[in-house]
Order: sequence, then C-alpha cells, then structure tokens
Amino acid sequence: MNASQTIIAGNNAPAAAQLHWQPLCGRADLVANSGVVAWLDGAQVALFYLPETAQGEQLFAIDNRDPKSGANVIGRGLIGQIAGELVIASPLYKQHFRLHDGSCIEYPEQRLDVWPVRLKGDLVEIAV
Amino acid sequence: MNTTVFPLNDVKTLIVVGNGMVGHHCVEQLIAGGALERYRIHVFGEETQRAYDRVHLSEYFTGRDAESLAMSEMSVYEQPGLTLHLGVPVLEIDRDRHEIITAEGCFGYDKLILATGSYPFVPPIEGARGNSRLVYRTLEDLDSIRYAASKARRGVVVGGGLLGLEAANALKSLGLEAHVVEFAPRLMPVQLDDLGGAALKARIEALGVGVHLSRATQSISDGKQYRYRMNLANDEFLETDLIVFSAGIRPQDALARQCELALGPRGGIAIDEHCRTSDADIYAIGECAAWNGSVFGLVAPGYQMARGVAAQLCEQDTDAFFGADMSTKLKLLGVDVGSIGDAHGALAGAVSYRFIDEATASYRRLVVSADGKQVLGAVLVGDNSYYDTLLQYAQNGIPLPADPSSLILPRGEGAPTLGADALPATATICSCHNVSKGAVCSAIDNGCTDLAAIKSCTKAATGCGGCTALLKQVFEHELAARGVAVDKSLCEHFAHTRQELYSMVRVEGIETFDELLTRHGKGAHGCDICKPAVGSILASCWNRPITEPSLVPLQDTNDTFMANMQKNGTYSVVPRIPGGEITPDGLIAIGAVAKKYDLYTKITGGQRIDLFGAQLHELPDIWSELIEAGFETGHAYGKSTRTVKSCVGSTWCRYGVQDSVAMALRIEDRYKGLRSPHKLKFAVSGCTRECAEAQSKDVGVIATENGWNLYLCGNGGMRPRHAELFATDLDDETLVRYIDRFLMLYIRTADKLQRTSVWRESLEGGLDYLKAVIIDDSLGLATELESQMQLVVDRYECEWANALKDPEKLKRFRTFVNDGRADPDVQFVKERAQRRPAKPEELALIPLFKEVV
Repeated sequence: MNASQTIIAGNNAPAAAQLHWQPLCGRADLVANSGVVAWLDGAQVALFYLPETAQGEQLFAIDNRDPKSGANVIGRGLIGQIAGELVIASPLYKQHFRLHDGSCIEYPEQRLDVWPVRLKGDLVEIAV
Repeated sequence: MNTTVFPLNDVKTLIVVGNGMVGHHCVEQLIAGGALERYRIHVFGEETQRAYDRVHLSEYFTGRDAESLAMSEMSVYEQPGLTLHLGVPVLEIDRDRHEIITAEGCFGYDKLILATGSYPFVPPIEGARGNSRLVYRTLEDLDSIRYAASKARRGVVVGGGLLGLEAANALKSLGLEAHVVEFAPRLMPVQLDDLGGAALKARIEALGVGVHLSRATQSISDGKQYRYRMNLANDEFLETDLIVFSAGIRPQDALARQCELALGPRGGIAIDEHCRTSDADIYAIGECAAWNGSVFGLVAPGYQMARGVAAQLCEQDTDAFFGADMSTKLKLLGVDVGSIGDAHGALAGAVSYRFIDEATASYRRLVVSADGKQVLGAVLVGDNSYYDTLLQYAQNGIPLPADPSSLILPRGEGAPTLGADALPATATICSCHNVSKGAVCSAIDNGCTDLAAIKSCTKAATGCGGCTALLKQVFEHELAARGVAVDKSLCEHFAHTRQELYSMVRVEGIETFDELLTRHGKGAHGCDICKPAVGSILASCWNRPITEPSLVPLQDTNDTFMANMQKNGTYSVVPRIPGGEITPDGLIAIGAVAKKYDLYTKITGGQRIDLFGAQLHELPDIWSELIEAGFETGHAYGKSTRTVKSCVGSTWCRYGVQDSVAMALRIEDRYKGLRSPHKLKFAVSGCTRECAEAQSKDVGVIATENGWNLYLCGNGGMRPRHAELFATDLDDETLVRYIDRFLMLYIRTADKLQRTSVWRESLEGGLDYLKAVIIDDSLGLATELESQMQLVVDRYECEWANALKDPEKLKRFRTFVNDGRADPDVQFVKERAQRRPAKPEELALIPLFKEVV
C-alpha cells in the first residue's frame, strides 16, 4: 500500500485517526476525470476521481441526489473548475456544486453532503 | 484628497424615520453626496430587519432568506456618524422642540425625513381575525403566512391587484390551492383594461389558481370542509383555511397626523415638488407622501423623491418632483404583464390598436395620440418583450412608424424593434435609478468595460431589473461604436471564440482537450462550458469514438451515456430509422425491446420511435438487442445530425416527381454521426406539396421535375424560421456537394450552440455571401470543405456498437458500481397503459415492496 496515495476530501474532516473507514468499491470501478455512483447502506455516493491535479491525485465523495430535481444524477455530471475551485455541474439544470464541501455556487440553500474518502491500494474507502 | 473639516458644533442632526427601500435609498444617496460631513444621521426602523427588497418578497418562499433580501451589507450602517435603530418605532414628533419621541428616549433633529411607507388596507369584515386576516407586506407577515399555510390546504387572497397576485403566487409556492377574490370586474383594475384583465385571468386560471371577480366578502364564519367560510353576496360562499388581504395600501401618515402636518385630500403627507411638508424642516418621501393629492405606490417614484431630498440636503442641484411615470412591467405567477402611461386610453382623442390571441391568452394594446404621432400608453399581457421598445416610444416622444400596429403585432422578420442607436442620449434606460443612455455612455467613456461595471457604476438595472436586456443592448452597441471589442471568450479557461478554437484544432492537428488546454488555455481542468464545446469540435474534425477515455470526460451526460436524460434521471433511447422507413420486422423488434424493458413509447416529430424510462444499467442490454435487430444509434442525444424526414415520394405518391425516400436515405447515411455546434435536422419532400416540411429544417430538399431545390438554415422550435431557397434544379451529386460544403462551413464558423438559422442571420453579406462561398467557391475552400466532410464520413462507426465491444467502456453503465440494484428512488405509475415518472405527490401512494430472496 502506498501511503502517498491516501487522500482525504471533505471540509472540516475530523482527524484521520478518529474516522471509521470502510471499503466502498474498487479503484478499477472509478473512471478518470469523471464520476461513478456507489451504494452505501441506502445512501448514494457519487465518486469523482481526478488522477492529476495541482494537489496530485484526488478523489471526492458527494451526495448523488440533485436537490433541484430530486433525481439521483449528480454522479453523471461534468467536472469543471470555476474560479480555481473544482466543481461538478448537475446534468439536469446545470447548477454547480463545489466538490470539496458540496456547497452550491448558484443557490446557497442547496448543499450536498460530502464524505471523507480515500484510495487504499486497490480499494476505495469511505468514512461514515 | 481635499477634505473640508467642519467645526464640531456645526454638525447638525438628520433623522430618517423608516428603513424601507425608499428610506434606505435616501440614506445611500445621502452618504454618496457627502452628507456625513454635515450631519450625524439617525435612522429609525420599526421592523427588526434592516431594509430589504420588498419587490422580490415572494422569493422568501422559494429559497431566499432575510439576509439575501437585504438591500445592503450591514457595514453601510456602521460608518461613523450614522446610527441605525432597528425595532424602534417613533411614537411622536414634537415639532416645537424639534424632537422625536421613541421608547429609547427623545432625539433632537435639525432636519427630519419621513419615509414611513404604507400599510395594507383591510376592509372591516365581520369575523376577520387571526388566519382569516393575514396581510402581505413585511417579512414578519410572510412568516405568519408560512405558519398558517403549514396546516392548510387552500388559501384565498382578497384583492386581485399587483400585490394580491404576488400573494397568490406565494400561497401557490407554499403548496396551497390558491384563489383570488376581487371586488372589481377584472384583475389589476388600475394597470389593465377589460381585455387585458381577461387574458390575464385566463392565463392564471390555467395555472390552477381560482379567480373570482365582482365578488365582495361580507363576513367570515366557520367552514365545513375548510376552516373558514367566506360569505359573499348573493348567498355565494368560498371555504378556505386562510385569507390574505391585499385590497390596496394606505399611506402610513399617523405621525404626520399626530404632529398636525398638512395631509393630502385622500391621506398621505402633503409635499411640494421638493418633497417638503408643511414644516420646512420636515420632508416626506415614498409611499407615505402625497404630491398633488396622489400617492405613488411604486419603488421608482419613491427613489426619485429620495434622490431629490438627499441632493437638497447635500446642497446639490436636483430635479423637482412633478409626478412620476407609473409604467410597470412584471411577472405575476410567471405571466408577463406590462402597463405603460395611459393604459386605459383616457386622454382626449386617444386611438387604440389591439392585438388579441385567444389561443395563448396574449393581449396587447397600443394607445396613440389623436394625430397618430405619439405613443400615449400600452397594455401587455403574456409577452413583455414588447415593453422596452414601447416604453422608449412613450417616454421620449419618438415619432411612430407609418403603421403603429406593427409595434404590437407578432414579429416576423424585420419587425421594427427600436435599436439602441435610435435612442436619444436623454432616453431613460433605468427608471428606478433614473439612468439615461447618456449616463451609460459616459460610464463607458470613463472606463467601464463590462456590464457588471456599468451596473455598479451607474446603478442601472439594479432596481427592479426590468431594464437589464435594454442596458445590455445599449452597452454592446456603444462598445462596438467605440471600436472596443466585446469580450467573446468561451469561458474563463479559453480567451478565444469557438471559431478560433476550431481553427487551432484543425490547423495544429490537436486531438485531445488536454493538449488544447495546455497550448491555448488556462488552468488544468476546464469546465462544463468549454469541455463539451471542445469535445464537439474534436468530433467535428476527427470523428473519433466519443467513448475513448480521453474524450469521455468532455461530454455532457447525454453524450457520455449515449442516451437522453429525462427529468427523473432515467434515459430515453432512439434507434436510427433512416428517412422514417422501417420494416414490419424492425417495428416488431423495437416493440419487443420496449415491451421487455417496459419502456414508454412515443413516435417523434422526426419519424422515429423514442423509448423512455431506461435506467443506466439497462442501456447496454437494450442496445445489444437493438443492434442485433439491425439498428444503429440515432444520435438523438448529441449536437449532431438527427433525422432526415421524408415523404414517400414518386414511388407511391401520385404527385411525387422524385424518389424522396432514396435521397433521404442517402443524405442520412452520409451525415449520420456528424457532430456540429448544434443539432441538425434535414428533410426531403418528393414534390412542391412539401409533406416532409423541408422548409423548416436546417437542410431542406424539395423535388422538382428537373432535380432538387435546396433550402438552407430553417428551423422550428422556439423561434421558427423558414429555410431560404439556396439553389434550384440540382442533380444528386451537386446537391450532396453543396450540403457537404454548407455543413462544414457552418461547423467551422458558428458559435457554440448556434443553430444554422441564427448563424445565417449573423453572417455578414447574408445569403448572397453564402452562395458565393458554396456555389462560386469565392474563398477557394470548396475542395477542403468536401474532403474534411469525407474524413468524417469515412470514420463513421455506430457509437453503441463500438462501446458494446469494449468491457472497459461498459463499466460506466452501472447504476451502482458496487451493487446490482436499480435506483430505488426511480418510481413509475401507469397512465394510458404505459408507465411514466411518478409525480412527487404520487410517491406516497406507491407501496414499497421489500425484495424477498
């Protein structure tokens, strides 16, 4: 296992030691620079994997449900960067959510949950 | 800096009573005018919230909170010399002692501004109390309405004026069944005439809001089905759970009455043209003031008064107030309503033109002077795109065109909209902040180079926002007139237009987004504007499978999954049916797939079959079966060639003169898979009867005795445009060559998401130029364009067939990568023997079954 590949996303994430990590899916399930969705005990987690960023390899876990449409589609959105921040554009109504904390650029009242997530060897692990 | 220092004892005290929109605007103007050098200012507000935007009050129910409705940052009121007292009503004014009296004590003043606004008038009706006597004026009122609505099914608004309809909208957005009860025989009796009121009523009723006119509420008692019963005249009644009164406003002049200032004949604090009351040290502005006996219940005149008083107190020049233009345009319950000047045609000799469209409940009335030279007023219901032009005619006395009715008739080509260049420098662009075209021009001359700078510098379009489009027009026109290039950057990552990026890709042979970004862009990731645009350019040039790993992240969801996402996150699937020709076995195969996967099935306008309701993980299976049956992808998801519609032509039809189906098949086979700035639609008709509707397509072909006539750049949709006749009596080969050249020229030079029709209208030189380039090869491009098209044609491969061959590419087509289940939130109900997405209110009715293994 390569410690340098461990990434923790999510704003205000508690210290890594306190988190309870559990495996979510395999690294091979991810699609580079795009999204896939994983099932997490009733929740739907959209995973966005960016192999090359200024901060190195990055992985984000964010709620799959689009609050505007009520449909579970965020994982099928388009990754982009707006004013330096990595965002995901919802595929239905195109509003943007910041990947690091789930906040919405256009509608402050919309906010998506984010989870701490990391790559550990061939596994994607999530903290709940 | 040149600062004048006043001795301390020279600083006087100015008190502003009221912190609504107008009071706040006055304070802003006072600060801007340097009043804090002369006065210490105390502002008293009765509400606990600092000034907020009452014009957009209903947005409080659709997500905006009090803070986001606030007119300014709190810091505005935290400057030295300025004190804001919120939640402190002024109880009395002692004019002799020059003092106001509040619960916090007495405050002396040298000058006093009353901006106390108005209050909602509630007619004295027996039984009106609590939830049957709500009003719609302040945030607190809205909190009360929200609370009452939480236990209610139905709500009634008494009063069908502007505010009443806003309130009805608010009830609707709270999920209530909304009704409006109006005493007058029409809605918005002040702003609209009878026909306008009728059109508005039809539109609002179509939205599910009950409208009850000529009804007077006599008393309110307990209801049976609902909490209250409103007893109307003639033994009619209406039951409801809450009642909001919006039967007009009254000026809040209680303080003026108490200290015996002169009042208007129908209430309101009497003011002269300088907003002075009968006491020389007291001013009144906004809805509490009455000039010439009239109270002005709009924000623009209030702002005008506020500006005037602030200027006087700062010893600056100002225009006197001689009444105000009450023209207004709004969106009420989503319906455009506009009223300009003499909307009722009341002036002597006024002549009216009227346009009525009962099909869409649109109405427009133009009132002109007896000599037919000037616009006096107008009424608009259903479409406010006419408002700006009409208002400019009315306000600036611009002479009318020979046929004034053209100003309100539906616009064909070349309708006389008033261009930005036709406006005089004195023309008012923004009436809320009194910004003229001249002021916009001088802001540009002083260095404003984008719209946001113009707005913050002149304040134009920051009031009601109604002039935004006009401001943009004037701004762009003036920039162009000054030879300044308008910023046409694609986005923050590329300071280039789509055309420029296209030639970089083409000339430098760039095949990936990353390469283009590294060479010509900024940042490392791009965004949802540039990625699909570049993805489309790469496809137009090189036509590589869009499922390649380097291309996948560029595509919008529809292209990524090669299907059309619908509102509930499921997809629709459209197999290609070239020319609309299909065998019975083909129909059966599609039917079998639709049946197996329980897909909602509908025939499209492009002679194909759309299959709705497939989940992500079902798409590969559905497509394997369709491809097995001989189908290809229809590209219904792409900005690309869609369909070639055709009639049966000379093969079957007694009128047909050419084989239109064969030509449609040839065209569709050649251009299928071609990606372009926007979607492309084609049609081929076998004779001049034009059953394939080719003249509404990007490329239309109509058979003649001698060959084919080619029509270009038409479209249906939101803004239909007839295609133009481009060339006549072409043989098959020439026809295809011309289409090759045309499509590649369009792909090369159009803007992102620009249809051929809009592209054609923006072409300098117009149709003649297009003919010169395509037919006469005036630019020497013809061979190049044809060979570029040939490359795209040669590289065609069905994207779905390509993806199905590659397990790596199919990995994405899983609803959950770690679980085989379907999305449990996707729910359907049956309607007309097929399934459709469940509506939110139906979700509770669907029984949830646990899967038993």
